[in-house]
Amino acid sequence: MTQMIIDTANHLAGYAAKMAKVKVVAAYPITPQTTVVEKIAEFVESGQMDAEYIRVESEHSAMVACIAAAATGVRTFTATSAHGLALMHEALHWAAGSRLPVVMAVVNRAMGAPWSIWSDFSDSLSQRDTGWIQFYCADNQEVFDTVIQAYKLCEDEKVFLPAMVCLEGFILSHTYMPVRIPGQKEIDGFLPAYKSGWILDVNRPLSHANLVSPEWYMEFRYMIQEAMENAKKLIPKIDKEYGERFGSEYGGLVEKYKCEDADLILVTMGTMGSDAKIAVDGLRKDGLKVGSARVRVFRPFPVEEIAKLAENAQMFATIDRHISFGMEGFLATELKASTFNQKDAPMFAGFIAGLGGRDVTSETIEKIAKKSLKWMGTGKAEKETVWVDLRE
Amino acid sequence: MDGHREGRKRNRVGGLEGVKRMVTIKELPKEEYLLKGHAACAGCGPSIALRLLFKALGNSVILAVPACCTTVIQGQYPYTSAAVPLQNILFESTAAAASGIVAALHQRKLEGITVVGWAGDGGTVDIGIQALSGAAERETDFIYICYDNEAYGNTGMQRSGATPYGAWTTTTPSGKRERKKDMPLIMAAHRIPYVATACPSYPIDFVNKLRKAKDIKGTKYIHILAPCPTGWRYDASKTVELGRLAAQTGLWALYEIEYGKFQLNSPSDRLVDKAKRKPVKEYLQLQGRFRNVTDDDVNRIQQWVDEDWERYRKMASNSASDSALYGKI
Repeated sequence: MTQMIIDTANHLAGYAAKMAKVKVVAAYPITPQTTVVEKIAEFVESGQMDAEYIRVESEHSAMVACIAAAATGVRTFTATSAHGLALMHEALHWAAGSRLPVVMAVVNRAMGAPWSIWSDFSDSLSQRDTGWIQFYCADNQEVFDTVIQAYKLCEDEKVFLPAMVCLEGFILSHTYMPVRIPGQKEIDGFLPAYKSGWILDVNRPLSHANLVSPEWYMEFRYMIQEAMENAKKLIPKIDKEYGERFGSEYGGLVEKYKCEDADLILVTMGTMGSDAKIAVDGLRKDGLKVGSARVRVFRPFPVEEIAKLAENAQMFATIDRHISFGMEGFLATELKASTFNQKDAPMFAGFIAGLGGRDVTSETIEKIAKKSLKWMGTGKAEKETVWVDLRE
Repeated sequence: MDGHREGRKRNRVGGLEGVKRMVTIKELPKEEYLLKGHAACAGCGPSIALRLLFKALGNSVILAVPACCTTVIQGQYPYTSAAVPLQNILFESTAAAASGIVAALHQRKLEGITVVGWAGDGGTVDIGIQALSGAAERETDFIYICYDNEAYGNTGMQRSGATPYGAWTTTTPSGKRERKKDMPLIMAAHRIPYVATACPSYPIDFVNKLRKAKDIKGTKYIHILAPCPTGWRYDASKTVELGRLAAQTGLWALYEIEYGKFQLNSPSDRLVDKAKRKPVKEYLQLQGRFRNVTDDDVNRIQQWVDEDWERYRKMASNSASDSALYGKI
């Protein structure tokens, strides 16, 4: 039976792990992730969640313990942020290479130095090439729903890859919102029992991940790429099925808002997607044809959907809560790559905003849209990358 | 605290009396779980130890192996020389992997499977010490074995924290100037129920220690001195002899610390008297890695060995106070 609760995104990630019937949680505390694992500790110690909670001595060990537990045949969960995620980096590759369906909540936080505890995507986007599926959520409901959906996706035999469910620190992690929680039976009906591609089994011994010569290594990498392509097809299906059962649907890979007739499409990730919708409504009142496309899944990247959006739009403006130093925001790069082979590809401008937790409001986004529309009118973007609200 | 202590006692299935002790080598099982065709060097000490490990524990075992010589020894995909499930895992994370396996087995209510972390000295005393310390502090129920060839062997013999004073390695070409880290006593300081040292030159002792460890609940740590002809620069036929000399000179003492009680094992239990120990020079001079040690160095090493033995003597003669120091009971 569906229940309505008011809680933070971090707690909801914990609720989702409980309702997914996770059996092993291995985690290490870091701000702003802490309340995820505190909630889980509470669930485990009160007997509401039948799981082992390994209180490891580092994030590196957290990820390795999850890998090994997943390899031993149980559903696993962990959560981290920023430097914790960076410390896991080596193990992230190992999880994906081992084709194990570990699911992790990444509570996005900016990377130091200097220290920052506030949000941007520099932590998770730095892990772009590890072979993890990456979801980015816009609100607390989506955090809960996506954790459940991630297990269904990752444990599909066409995928068998790990996934991170990213949510912005403080903006979502510690913010209370009303959320619908389906009943346990309903979740069980959606999410089958744990499945992995292989298992450490004394009755069927195998050596896993032993040395592979150049003769075979490339094939293992190609299989991961294939799995990513399969995930791209499955995500919209899972999103739709979840929506039919529980009422919330997110447009699969990209949440599109008033894009059909839009001249300018604002491309964002995470909570900026919610503000972009408000900005679009405001701009539409002034008769400006603006739409919003929130990239919900960054890996696999929705190349085809972006290309399709490019057919009708005159201009894309990306807003990146991230900077790849020496280049531009990742979203900008991926967007251009997705439309490169297209005839009459739209004009493009990239905006860097909200680093280290700086607020990005709907007004900020309206400003970005107006600047983009001005450039669209002249047919030339004055700058390809604009740092928004930068102190000069 | 008392309840915890009681629990520990109840969990003590094995102990000296409880386990069937092997007396002769003929009692070793015939089954081989380290299969033929493995890729170890001729005379490899660690591979002898690995074969004995499987014989001692049987095949109801899951092994976690980090980057180490065993990465090579097991063979390349699609082949393996291990007839038990083996999880290759990151260099610094053997004990973390074991923690995950133990937790999952517990959740699945699978009993009678021994989880073993099998790592080299670099993977234990250097890069892996954090994960190992964490797993021990969490009282993770597994056996951790450090097979110590006193350098990073797999990468071509670079210095590790377990390399002894005076030894040549590729990163200490004129000989290491610092002493070997005393890892077994670091583990004993975690107050885990079982710490032991061993050497494949004493297979019966090693097998008995493994069997005892298997029946104790909690973290068990066994540190094996595993001679390495390739890195130590001696003739491959002399691996067993080298291990024996290490024990006979007292450079490597065979002992166990069971619930805090320290006990020397044969042949080390007969070597407390300095006169019974061979001079360390006999061990050093057989190995090319010690070619550059001076007489002063030899004297220094001899003095350190003698000091260590004074410590062992005190620990053995006063196991009650040792219990208070190292054990929870």
